Amino acid sequence: MTGSEPGRFGGTSVIWRKALSSVFVAFCALSVLIALVPLFFVLFFVVSQGLLALNAAFFVQMPKPVGELGGGMANAIVGTLIVSGLAALMAVPIGVISGTYMSEYSGTRFASMVRFAADTLNGVPSIVVGVFAYGVAVLPFKQFSAFAGGFALGVMMIPIIARTTEELLLLVPGSMREGALALGATRARAVFSVVVPAALPGIVTGVVLALARIAGETAPLLFTSFNNRFFTTDLRQPISTLTVQVFTYAISPYDDWHRQAWAGALVLVAIVFVCSLLARFATRRLERMHARG
Amino acid sequence: MKTMNRTLVTLAGLALLVSAVAAQAIQINGAGATFPNPIYSKWFDEYGKAHGNVRINYQSVGSGAGIRQIQAQTVFFGATDGPMTNEQLQGAPGKILHFPTVLGAVVPVYNIPNVTAELKFNGPVLADIFLGKITKWNDPAIAKLNPDVKLPGDDITVVHRSDGSGTTYIWVDFLSKTSPEFLKKVGINTSVNWPTGVGGKGNEGVSGLVRQTPGSLGYVELIYALQNKISYGSVQNMGGEFVKATVAAVTAAANEAATKMPADFRVSITNAPGKGVYPISSFTWLLLYENPKDKAQSKAMVDFMKWALTDGQKYCADLGYAPLPENVVKLEMAALEKVKVS
Amino acid sequence: MTRKDLTFRIGTGLFGALLILIVASIGYELVRQSMSSIQKFGLSFWRTEIWDPVAGQFGALPFIWGTLYSSIVALLISTPIALGIAVFIAELCPGWLRQPLVFLTELLAAIPSIVYGLWGIFVLVPAIRGLETSMPTVLRQLPIFSGPPLGVGMLSAAVILAVMVIPFTSSVSREVLKSVPPAQREAAYALGATRFEAIRAALFYARTGIVGAVMLGFGRALGETMAVTMVIGNNPRVSLSLFAPQYTMAAVIANEFTEAADELYLAALVEIGLVLFIITLAVNSLSRLLIWSMTRSSTAVAAVEPTPEPTAEAA
Repeated sequence: MTGSEPGRFGGTSVIWRKALSSVFVAFCALSVLIALVPLFFVLFFVVSQGLLALNAAFFVQMPKPVGELGGGMANAIVGTLIVSGLAALMAVPIGVISGTYMSEYSGTRFASMVRFAADTLNGVPSIVVGVFAYGVAVLPFKQFSAFAGGFALGVMMIPIIARTTEELLLLVPGSMREGALALGATRARAVFSVVVPAALPGIVTGVVLALARIAGETAPLLFTSFNNRFFTTDLRQPISTLTVQVFTYAISPYDDWHRQAWAGALVLVAIVFVCSLLARFATRRLERMHARG
Repeated sequence: MKTMNRTLVTLAGLALLVSAVAAQAIQINGAGATFPNPIYSKWFDEYGKAHGNVRINYQSVGSGAGIRQIQAQTVFFGATDGPMTNEQLQGAPGKILHFPTVLGAVVPVYNIPNVTAELKFNGPVLADIFLGKITKWNDPAIAKLNPDVKLPGDDITVVHRSDGSGTTYIWVDFLSKTSPEFLKKVGINTSVNWPTGVGGKGNEGVSGLVRQTPGSLGYVELIYALQNKISYGSVQNMGGEFVKATVAAVTAAANEAATKMPADFRVSITNAPGKGVYPISSFTWLLLYENPKDKAQSKAMVDFMKWALTDGQKYCADLGYAPLPENVVKLEMAALEKVKVS
Repeated sequence: MTRKDLTFRIGTGLFGALLILIVASIGYELVRQSMSSIQKFGLSFWRTEIWDPVAGQFGALPFIWGTLYSSIVALLISTPIALGIAVFIAELCPGWLRQPLVFLTELLAAIPSIVYGLWGIFVLVPAIRGLETSMPTVLRQLPIFSGPPLGVGMLSAAVILAVMVIPFTSSVSREVLKSVPPAQREAAYALGATRFEAIRAALFYARTGIVGAVMLGFGRALGETMAVTMVIGNNPRVSLSLFAPQYTMAAVIANEFTEAADELYLAALVEIGLVLFIITLAVNSLSRLLIWSMTRSSTAVAAVEPTPEPTAEAA
């Protein structure tokens, strides 16, 4: 202990140290408030402007010709669902299974390489993924398509799902795995019948959260799924998506399009919000079910 | 695990089924110039109403993108206001034909607080502003052209295109014709190295920026200024008159060129001679391959073009575009026969 | 190992290999598509300022500058706030408040980039323009505040980036702080430290991890596209001024990619994508290394002492 007087720590008075501490605590609390300000600011605008523009037409009508009022984003909403669905279709198997490998053979060198690749892929900027997808999924087919958009988003989803799966599988107590193996099950059986179901709530949460994340992506879709004025379910054609449509409308000079952009933003935020809540709710529900069973 | 497999297979099967069924209607994808986007989007809408099974999806992404995408064959047709160069044509895997669709004007738009008067500009002054040599609104060069207007001492914020644009092409083509320094320093292309200013994406982006930025000056296609109620100025033509862009003034610009139309329709009509001519006018072209692979789409597109060149022209005036001169339409109908439809 | 186990190992391993393949192909594709640009410009691409599609002269310097400048300013704004939040949630806040605050910070991270961009154009840019016009003329003389008050520009981009980066830095910092052995704090308190001093000791202990968290946020800011494109002004110029419209690597690709009408132009854009890929790769790897080394050494220390029950917290 430095200093011989009580209350001295490193040679400064108690009052000063306590004051500094209070300032620090206040600063931390203030930072929380500062960070929440833009959050509420953004949400406030999105909700207030978006609600004004949201009407039945928005959900069921297609865009009107340039400069004419009205119309909606029905095709864009469906498009987002389709492209996200395609992405999940591609990413869930690859992500879950490679996550399984990483957790089961966690100590091996190969698993470390896979882990490194997953983390790297996670950090690749979305625009670079878009450039990659253009070269691989658009140029060879000479076609912008929903498939290409799904591919680009799928590539982004894979590492999220893989890492989540890995972490959750590792959390499952070793005793469960060992118990299954002791009963004579093969590795595969042990993993897929015992370990994965135990971690399933978390894995589903991871998938839903990854979906919410990519549903909001714009950049990789700019040169893969491109855009489409019409409603289409033909996956080999360009397709409209909420994010690209909001972008197109936002940078335009038409007030009516700006209104619709806010409405589109509101729908996007609502999707993300609902997915997050659903994920938490589902996790709790499944955990309770599993605990009972 | 089994149920997951089954569900996945069913979903995949459904997807293929749906895409097969949906493929009954012909969908044609095109991309390109933002300049004619208002009239094209009206045309495709009207044509689609009359011909329910043809859906033409046009994306307004800029002339540069239109040229690129048709070269890469990721779209069926392109659209541009800056005609393709010989190098670009050679770079394409097949022969590409240019078809003029409408005539339009590029206008100087501005947003000056407290100034509602219509400003007069000429080529050299605009060139100097875009070169960054004239930086304030009350510069003597601008004041000389507008003696009756009280111009503020605010900085001029130059707004140009950030994407590859035919509108840019028309604009810099005019400025290069009237200012040798501009020609040397900047040149003519759909995408140039701007000495100064802020970039907006598409005609839409530039209009948006000018609307929101006090003291700004940009260039957009006429309809964007009209639809968004942005002030635009008149420009001095070769004969010395200050002309504001109107359908008649644009049509006048095409008169001379119409009589001497080259076979491939690539011609510039900026700074055209004549009375009442608006000097920053231009054709805008639709790009089609002479021998495309998909003959069904080709037939649909050629039918559409024939409609656009005749019935479609009546929608032009409302949207601020000038219809094509008669003899140009005749030449084009003949040229359309060259496009292989079977 | 039975045959079935081997099949399992190979089967799942193949999917892992697929992941590695995807990452490798991204690098490969980027190099392949930018070959003509790499061959023409070589290393001077990284330091040339000219971006002239007409003349066929391309240099990535304005974009590298814009990306780094905007991200660094964003870091300067966001790091203190993010650390403050992390400390508050991890150390200071009452238990009942923890979950809601974590949820709110996650919400901040979940808002799509395009929504931030939309808000940026219509709310932030006019506000920044107001800020710029009301700045006293004496400050306007400084190069960092020079230029006409447009609203769009470096400052708007940096602010939006800061808002978007805060939740990442803060949640990783929170994890890092959690991994500091409680013994560290307890020792400080035992010595009579105030809250601040104890937390400072913990922060010092976790410094490598915190640096890693900050760098992770940096990596995120580097690659951000949409929100930045909509507010940065899209002008490829190297400028010190916060008011000046500038350009980032991600933004130029987003704006010009679909229209690069000749081979060299497209290759140059892909090369910018390659540069971005390399820079983010380096930053992210370094940050993960730092975080990993910190959490590893702390668990080694923690293993020596009896560890208390870990508090359950949702992922």
